[in-house]
Amino acid sequence: MVEGKEIYLGLDDIRLDRPKQAFYLLVTYAVLIAGAIVFLMPLFWLITTALKENSEVYVFPPTFIPETFRWQNFPDGWNYEGMDFTRWAQNTVFITTVFTTGAVLASSFCAYGFARIKFPGRDLWFMMVLASIMLPGAVTLIPLYIMYSRIGWLGTFYPLTVPVFFGGGAFNIFLLRQFFTTIPMELEEAAVLDGANRFRIFWQIMLPLSKPALATVAVFSFQGVWNDFYGPLIFLTDPKTYTLALGINFFRGLYNTQIPLMMAMSFLMVIPTLIAFFFAQRLMIRGVVMSGLKA
Amino acid sequence: MAVEATLSSTGTKPEKSFFDRLMGTKRRRDTIEGYIFILPVVLGLLIFTIGPMLASFYISFTKYPILRSPEWIGLRNYVNMFTKEPNFWQACKVTLLYAVTAVPLGIAGAFMLALLLNQRVKGMSFFRTSFYIPTIVPAVASAVLWGWLLNPDYGLINAMLKTVGLPTSRFLGEPDSALASLVLMSLWSVGGGMVIYLAGLQGIPETFYEAAKIDGANGRQLFRFITVPLMTPTLFFGLVMGLIGAFQYFTEAFILTQGGPLFSTYFYSLMVYERAFRFTQMGMGTAMAWFLLVVVLTLTLLVFRSSPLWVFYETEVK
Repeated sequence: MVEGKEIYLGLDDIRLDRPKQAFYLLVTYAVLIAGAIVFLMPLFWLITTALKENSEVYVFPPTFIPETFRWQNFPDGWNYEGMDFTRWAQNTVFITTVFTTGAVLASSFCAYGFARIKFPGRDLWFMMVLASIMLPGAVTLIPLYIMYSRIGWLGTFYPLTVPVFFGGGAFNIFLLRQFFTTIPMELEEAAVLDGANRFRIFWQIMLPLSKPALATVAVFSFQGVWNDFYGPLIFLTDPKTYTLALGINFFRGLYNTQIPLMMAMSFLMVIPTLIAFFFAQRLMIRGVVMSGLKA
Repeated sequence: MAVEATLSSTGTKPEKSFFDRLMGTKRRRDTIEGYIFILPVVLGLLIFTIGPMLASFYISFTKYPILRSPEWIGLRNYVNMFTKEPNFWQACKVTLLYAVTAVPLGIAGAFMLALLLNQRVKGMSFFRTSFYIPTIVPAVASAVLWGWLLNPDYGLINAMLKTVGLPTSRFLGEPDSALASLVLMSLWSVGGGMVIYLAGLQGIPETFYEAAKIDGANGRQLFRFITVPLMTPTLFFGLVMGLIGAFQYFTEAFILTQGGPLFSTYFYSLMVYERAFRFTQMGMGTAMAWFLLVVVLTLTLLVFRSSPLWVFYETEVK
């Protein structure tokens, strides 16, 4: 195929005197570009539909660029009668902030114990943490629902925020434990000689050294809770407490002919995750990779 | 003071016992501190996982319309579930069908994309981002969007099929095509698996390929005897996680089809949700959840058991 190890070829390497290489490059780029178009088209369609006049979405053949850009769709959707997107956005931001904070704090705290301290029972508990990743949520959900209803938590944000402080998520613990074990032990030993205790070592040495891993956990937690539909669906019973995910579904259920407005609201919900992605792209991909390769 | 005096008078011994004592306390301190650090997750497992699991196991043997207290009825929920529940087997069929199509297709798609991205050409980070972005779109937004793309009359996909002269489809609107449409939707987010496989591919040492080339291997042989075997552990992980996810598939079906038309997308999780939260039959709901757990565990175990047949681990050098 391609000779040389670290050579990356571009379109400028297509030369007539090397027909085999030219053919390889043309085919590769053709497939890549076709693939990228297929994968990005739905998102493009989301944006372009969000900016169309309601009547324009029903024309054939469909228009790829709106005849007139109707930016008004965004405020119109946001303030639609009977909808309360401002409140739902506030709820979502609140839940997301508390959840993400809890996930980072709790998972790093627990991961330190698993990574750095040797004690009887540690490996057993760690195995249980890992096993819980595979457990179908349905098994625990119903008793939790009953428990929350008994203590008056249904319709509040507690079921969506409090549990994360108890461990911060098995997957996050796993990810951070892997990261902590790569930090040289000498750094800690020096601090012990200086008389620092474990909690200070954790807070003042481990956490500052682990910023990229913590950021990965934060971004994943943010995405997970921002996108969550099942949890809010079951625990948030009052439309006043809805999150954006529930709100958009509510909107769709009532006014499913308002296509551009629906797309506009969906697009608004995508924006923060897109920003988070571009902000932390490398961290995220590395996190996904770590979870997959070291399991 | 007195003890110390007597110990020091016996020569080397006191130092050793002092050392032992120090180690003893260090071990004890480690144990205490260790448990303080993992206490949150220990409590979390007890309160939010193990406790509820035991509770749901008990509830599955009761009749429990949430407002009254549970009433023991033995195995009746399980018996009714298998024999009387009208759509139970349909739900199993739908879920299984989805799992055996969406998971292998997803793995194959992700693996092919990874191979494509592993080519040494410029601009890869742009393409990688393009393929990965769909995986970060919230399920609700993606369901709303795909509901519109797949709209039988005004959707983009039918419009394109019409333009190039291919037959159109009713997609989610017809029992024959609804489940396949959900599988198609799921393939939009193969990017998550793709980046994992891509990293796996890039982790294969270049020397393996070079050595094989010296032995006269051609491109197909390199792929068949080096790339594929070395990728099997990663593909295995993808298979296990994919199956577990597929058996719990819920959001898109709940938003777009509610199990219809004619129960053609009546996923197992939709059935559990209806039983437990629409009809508040907690006993039946937990029984169904436990059956799902048993099925998922059995399948995972089978996949793990089958792994020596096809998964290659580097430690097993022959």
